[in-house]
Amino acid sequence: MMDFSQIVPALPALADGMVLTLKLLAMSVAGGVVLGTLLALARLSSLPLLSGLAKFYVNYFRSIPLLLVISWFYLVVPLIYTWLTGSFEPVGAFTSCLVAFVMFEAAYFSEIVRAGIQSIPKGQVNAGYALGMRYDQVMRLIVLPQAFRKMTPLLLQQSIILFQDTSLVYAVGLLDFLNAARSKGDIVGLPHEFLIFAGAVYFVISMGATQLVKRLQKRFAV
Amino acid sequence: MNYHWDWGVFFKSTGIGHEIYLDWFITGLGWTIAVALVAWVIALILGSLLGVMRTLPNKALSGFASGYVALFRNVPLLVQLFLWYFLVPDFLPESLQTWFKQDLKPSTSAYISVVVCLGLFTAARVCEQVRTGIEALPKGQSNAAYAMGFTLPQVYRHVLLPQAFRIIIPPMTSEFLNVFKNSSVASLIGLMELLAQTKQTAEFSANLFEAFTMATLIYFVLNMSLMKLMGWVENRVSVPGLIGSNGK
Amino acid sequence: MKVRTQLIGAAVIGALVAAPAMAAELTGTLKKIKESGVIVLGNRDSSIPFSYLGNDPQKPIGYSVELANKVAEAVKKELKMPNLQVRYNLVTSQTRLPLVQNGTVDLECGSTTNNLERQKQVDFSVGIFEIGTRLLTAKNSGVKDFADLKGKNVVTTAGTTSERLLKAMNVEKSMGMNIISAKDHGESFLMLESGRAVAFMMDDALLYGEMAKAKNPGNWVVTGKPQSFEIYGCMLRKGDPQFKKVVDDALKATYKSGEVDKIYAKWFESPVPPKGLNLKFPMSDVFKKLVANPTDKSAEQL
Repeated sequence: MMDFSQIVPALPALADGMVLTLKLLAMSVAGGVVLGTLLALARLSSLPLLSGLAKFYVNYFRSIPLLLVISWFYLVVPLIYTWLTGSFEPVGAFTSCLVAFVMFEAAYFSEIVRAGIQSIPKGQVNAGYALGMRYDQVMRLIVLPQAFRKMTPLLLQQSIILFQDTSLVYAVGLLDFLNAARSKGDIVGLPHEFLIFAGAVYFVISMGATQLVKRLQKRFAV
Repeated sequence: MNYHWDWGVFFKSTGIGHEIYLDWFITGLGWTIAVALVAWVIALILGSLLGVMRTLPNKALSGFASGYVALFRNVPLLVQLFLWYFLVPDFLPESLQTWFKQDLKPSTSAYISVVVCLGLFTAARVCEQVRTGIEALPKGQSNAAYAMGFTLPQVYRHVLLPQAFRIIIPPMTSEFLNVFKNSSVASLIGLMELLAQTKQTAEFSANLFEAFTMATLIYFVLNMSLMKLMGWVENRVSVPGLIGSNGK
Repeated sequence: MKVRTQLIGAAVIGALVAAPAMAAELTGTLKKIKESGVIVLGNRDSSIPFSYLGNDPQKPIGYSVELANKVAEAVKKELKMPNLQVRYNLVTSQTRLPLVQNGTVDLECGSTTNNLERQKQVDFSVGIFEIGTRLLTAKNSGVKDFADLKGKNVVTTAGTTSERLLKAMNVEKSMGMNIISAKDHGESFLMLESGRAVAFMMDDALLYGEMAKAKNPGNWVVTGKPQSFEIYGCMLRKGDPQFKKVVDDALKATYKSGEVDKIYAKWFESPVPPKGLNLKFPMSDVFKKLVANPTDKSAEQL
């Protein structure tokens, strides 16, 4: 009753979808970690205004659903941009989703980075200052390298969650892996088969990645 | 740019019956809460059972629980939802299938699919928290209990679980909040919860900015109030003497 | 020396005067296209046979897509940019208006009804099709017309004129229908096919398109008195007469040369992908009139 034969001719289209998914993932993780690290540093800063703003940012993005954030950046933000500048920038679904993911995930990454930084003994920081290092030197040379080593497994785990969350771009019609599978299944009249196939592929990739992270975790232990 | 700002849009007629747009948001919030609370109850019960199973000496039971977690944590929520909504009903026996698809209101059948999906998805995450909580307790405690002649169920009932549940309240709070946020995927199968109502308002009224701002505010306030509530619960039940217990 | 300075001065002033004058020649969308080297066309994923994804997901196909390509060709000529890049952006019934408004999509030719409500937000090209809103149902469902839908589950696509008509009808005639608003036509049909809804209300041409995709097209029938007659148009941003003229002229030229008949026959009276079914949907008299006398007015204005 199930007919999986139509998946083979659809593979090139599905592969295109997977490429988009992975591209979106890689760029979102890179952007999210950078922005997240800045947020974590701001949050730990001694300036109340800066840490307050960072705290608000994190709380804000952690209290609204990702789907809502995606809709904001796809539908509303370009509208505001046009309204403010009067010019039409062709943003496109991919960029909108990328910005949405970076902004959203940064809130989650920043919490991981913050915990990582806080796990470094205060004595090391003090020792750095005693040696005459500046704030940026202490962070760059002492704290962040160790913190990142400690948090790499957590960051990777969060990235696996993000890999699954990229499927939400379905809501704005970006042809990622899931949407490519759904659209193909719809056209050939076999939606169930394509959906099961998509689920299986997500499962294999994220399960495999999880196992890899577990192994890394043992190696990376400081 | 011809965007017509109108913050009064929420009190305008939707053009359907006597409803105003604000009514749509209220209905939507109602569905969001109804989905999240019931899914949470399922997740809590099933997740606790699975969490206990994972720590049991019985290989088959702990294997089943870890298989469950692997399956439900590695498939995207949206794929799981589509499977529950589009696929699973087709495998029901004929009579049940007709009842589910035709006799039930579409909103009810969508609601059932979402609640089951979200409940089972979240159960896998709750399971991991419960397991971590149990494993975090010093081995000496359960050994002492066994030495005093406690049976396995008694050890769990009287020694491990009461403490484990109290330690894991903070991570469980964030899972509880996640259920509310995750319930927004229901909008993608046509359940008219908060996000779906927002999109409908944006589409009907052409006041996108206002509609999405309203939705964001509602989610934000909902989340903050739930966080306060859970903070209060946490304070009431924290285990005295542990680091996280505020010294009470 | 003095002469040279004056010459340079004159050149600078000339350039300053000329620059805004040149910029004034191109405005709005055309300017944007010229500067970015890309025209973004909105496409649908399952509006058969107007705009849908066939075998290549990067290249939508269909009647409206071919008309949109005619416009893209005209833009290339107008801007003297033979290498202008044509990019497609997938839209749904719910996202198409905001995406045209917010600048993501320059031109959306799909299956979009031109009506007064939408004219407040976007402009429409001259009409490209005419439809009636009807029902798709199983041959043995016993549904003949809208009155038979009392108390039943009915599906329609979110963000369409049918959705509004159906929701309003339900309240006004207290029909007690349970209305499902699906995300796109493909999903609406899935609801119908899987038995969740007894009928699917939509534009008749699209309903025939969905039938063409079904496992057993013979099981389905389009029925019911049309609840409205509507004219499709391509959407573009409001208040952009320069771009609108290029769009309208391109479409009018296609109508005048008779090319539209060929395109029409290809998508409505010949086998179409994915299953090679013929929709057998001859050109309506209203649309024939529209081709003879193109207008950008909506059906309610005519």
